[in-house]
Amino acid sequence: MRYRYFPGCTLKGQAKSMEDTAMAAAAALGIELIELDEWQCCGAVYPLYEDELISLLSPVRTLAAAAGEPLVSLCSACHHVLKRAQELMQRNQDARHKVTDFLEVEYSGEGRVLHFLEVLRDDLGFDKLTEMIKKPLEGRKVAAYYGCLLLRPSKVMQFDDPENPTIMEDLLKTLGAEVVKSPYRTECCGAYLSVTEEGVASDTVARIIDSARQAGAEALITACPLCRYNLENCSREDGKEPIKVYYFSELLAEAMGLPGESTGADGSKEEVAQR
Amino acid sequence: MPRIGIFICHCGSNIAGTVDIEKSIEAARGFPGVVHVDEYRYLCSELGQDLIKKAIEEHNLDRVVVGTCSPRMHEVTFRKAVTEAGLNPYLLEVANIREHCSWVHKDIEKATPKAIALLRAAAAKAALNDPLVAPSVEVEKRALVIGGGIAGIQAALDIAEAGYIVDVVEREPSIGGRMAQLEKTFPTLDCSACILTPKMVEVAQHPNVSLLTYSEVEEVKGFVGQFDVKIKQKARYVDPVKCTGCGICYEKCPAKTPSEFEMGLAKRKAIYVPFPQAVPNIPVIDRDACLYFRKGRCQICAQECPPQAIDYEQQDQIIERRYGAIIVATGFDQMNPSHYGEYGYGQHPDILTGLEFERLFNASGPTGGKVVRLSDGKPPKKVVFIQCVGSRDKARGMNYCSKICCMYTAKQAILLKEKVPDAKSYVFYIDVRTAGKGYEEFQRRAAEEYDVAYLRGQVGKIFPESDHLMVHGVDSLSGKTIEIKADMVVLAVASVARADAPEVGRLVGINSDSYNFFNEAHPKLKPVETHTAGIFIAGACQAPKDIPETVAQASAAAVKVVGLLSKDMLQGEACTAEVNQAECSGCLYCEAVCPYSAISPVEIEERYHGGTLKRTVVEVNPTLCHGCGSCTVVCRSGTINLKGFSNEQILAEVDAICLQR
Repeated sequence: MRYRYFPGCTLKGQAKSMEDTAMAAAAALGIELIELDEWQCCGAVYPLYEDELISLLSPVRTLAAAAGEPLVSLCSACHHVLKRAQELMQRNQDARHKVTDFLEVEYSGEGRVLHFLEVLRDDLGFDKLTEMIKKPLEGRKVAAYYGCLLLRPSKVMQFDDPENPTIMEDLLKTLGAEVVKSPYRTECCGAYLSVTEEGVASDTVARIIDSARQAGAEALITACPLCRYNLENCSREDGKEPIKVYYFSELLAEAMGLPGESTGADGSKEEVAQR
Repeated sequence: MPRIGIFICHCGSNIAGTVDIEKSIEAARGFPGVVHVDEYRYLCSELGQDLIKKAIEEHNLDRVVVGTCSPRMHEVTFRKAVTEAGLNPYLLEVANIREHCSWVHKDIEKATPKAIALLRAAAAKAALNDPLVAPSVEVEKRALVIGGGIAGIQAALDIAEAGYIVDVVEREPSIGGRMAQLEKTFPTLDCSACILTPKMVEVAQHPNVSLLTYSEVEEVKGFVGQFDVKIKQKARYVDPVKCTGCGICYEKCPAKTPSEFEMGLAKRKAIYVPFPQAVPNIPVIDRDACLYFRKGRCQICAQECPPQAIDYEQQDQIIERRYGAIIVATGFDQMNPSHYGEYGYGQHPDILTGLEFERLFNASGPTGGKVVRLSDGKPPKKVVFIQCVGSRDKARGMNYCSKICCMYTAKQAILLKEKVPDAKSYVFYIDVRTAGKGYEEFQRRAAEEYDVAYLRGQVGKIFPESDHLMVHGVDSLSGKTIEIKADMVVLAVASVARADAPEVGRLVGINSDSYNFFNEAHPKLKPVETHTAGIFIAGACQAPKDIPETVAQASAAAVKVVGLLSKDMLQGEACTAEVNQAECSGCLYCEAVCPYSAISPVEIEERYHGGTLKRTVVEVNPTLCHGCGSCTVVCRSGTINLKGFSNEQILAEVDAICLQR
């Protein structure tokens, strides 16, 4: 299984542990992730403005560089932007002509744009993954936290049922964890409001964490560096035991018995595969 | 040589404004066979018609061509006029020089030659017209009503009262339909059973009505006046003559299964009547649930039945009857809202649809008439109603408004307040639509006197949290998000066509819209007719509607049926297909394309080189043929002709247009 891989900026910094663990797991699973040459920022949220074509240049360069091969990302936000930019280029022929003329690139736009979770579910298969689990996460009560970007808009993302997604729970089951379902698992984490309106983000984060805790979770998994940042940094001091937040790939690597380490959002490091 | 008369109408300035009448007359005089040409300002008027009649006599005309509006408008008028003058009506030909010419052109220089060409074509065809006689069809004085809900009951009663025999076919073991499931009816809060059951009894006891319950229509053949219908009466395994309706059998039956009548919220026995007031009050055995049919032992009902009415050997029966007219009144279903993940329907016992919630009010319902949460049996103190679940939703539901939900939600909120006085209702709505006599007042009463909070907005998420349901929504008037800790959620789901409506439509030969609701013949002027003569529709199988509208439509359909049955004979179609069997090769392509099963193969014997030869050809049943012409198109040897539109006639028209002098 061969894929082009787009890391995105955060995965080379704050979310390095997501990349390290995912790459280790991919290698063990026979999934070849070939990093694009000279990649640049996905464009963050700016390409989602449909009336501003200049912000599309960045994701379109990335899509063009994949040259029709399947393109995989790990960061929910990067995946979201690439997927939606691809859809816009398919839907809006005018934008497509202008952007490709400006960039002077060959853009086929036909390749699959995938999140690594989709590769695990659809291309590898969780059945196959089960065979590779060496240290199942027995007794660990883990809840999946999806956030918004993987699921919506569901017609474009085609990722999972936007109201009742199952992919992360299915992964956790495969890893041997005790799956905890929390009703706030698809609510917004507050996104960039953590910078400008911290109170709003604190409210949303508090609800997500409280509901996970009430449901009995000891840890959360996410596929989004921003979600993780908010969940770790915007939670209010309430005297309760904090909930540990992991990237899904960290628990994946751990269950597969691969060495790796988790980098907290504050940059502090912690061994994840001690057990 | 025929003697053709041509009459050109000015239609005020409608035709004369764009077609040069003088030039047209001049040209028409030169057409082959034309012996008389005239014009008139309004040919369709009495004076215009007299002009034609007089000319037929004076000039001894045997063919008439009128250059007028579309034959859809006045063909009947002019056919009648020539008949009165002693000609066969099919010897008249209409040249449509208005819709096909003057109305669509501006330039008189170009429109005039076109009108002349159309007149020449009509004259060429008229020369070849033969007198035709429409066959007469005897009317079977018996009607069939498919569906025994309130629509079917009302229609059957009206037909029966007019003195005609009517059969009602109902799929379920009892008549009553959806209305029997309701507790109260808006806007007067009459008890649904109290107004329905007398009608159920009346229809069952009416000497002109036969009820065929637990029965389904299997086949419909024939045509208006003479529909030949096969009805399957499913085996009840209970002898209806012996059964006294005592109810001991279902009391003693040990096998339980979810009750369809209770929307699956309660169980029924394997031998059952769907509800206490069922008509007829004769149980049926559900083979799929019965221990005897599944495992070969039990037979408790047979042992306990005092009159020994249980008969496990009973077989399905096929009843074949002829009917003059059919009313389709097969009702509607509720949409299953499971695909609205945010509402969590099916994942929690306290999230119900409107019809499910309705059953909680009913004294014989799953909770014995107590309005309680199905999760813990406690009365709900906060109930959230969500409107338009699946209605007015292009993305995931139906585009249309289901029409009844605003009213029944207001009704249920009022009933809730009466049963649980300290309950509070919240209604999320898009618009409140209460058009109808007394409807607006009723809904205002809910809001003003019963303390129902109407919130304009939608719900984004419902999930269980401890022992209640968290409802997250938005009030679009205040722009605020709303969170309600509800005890119960009621979804006003869309009314949809029955899942098997397309099948029923094909069976009886009527078509449906894109939602599978049956199509009326005209949305305003023919609301109960269909495009198939003799078949009528009533009730929610046509579109979502409430009880008053359903009853009105049922009575309307009944009047149409009574009008039809009051005739002894109907005039059939004169322009039917005919086959020249000598030229027919027996390929049977025509049989395959005929939508009315009017063509069938037949063996004929022919003299051939001194011997006889048997071969297959087709024959056309003129009473079944509707004259659509499909067969004439596929006929490889071109030997099927449609009377009045023969290949020869059509080619004559084409030649007349193309081969200008």
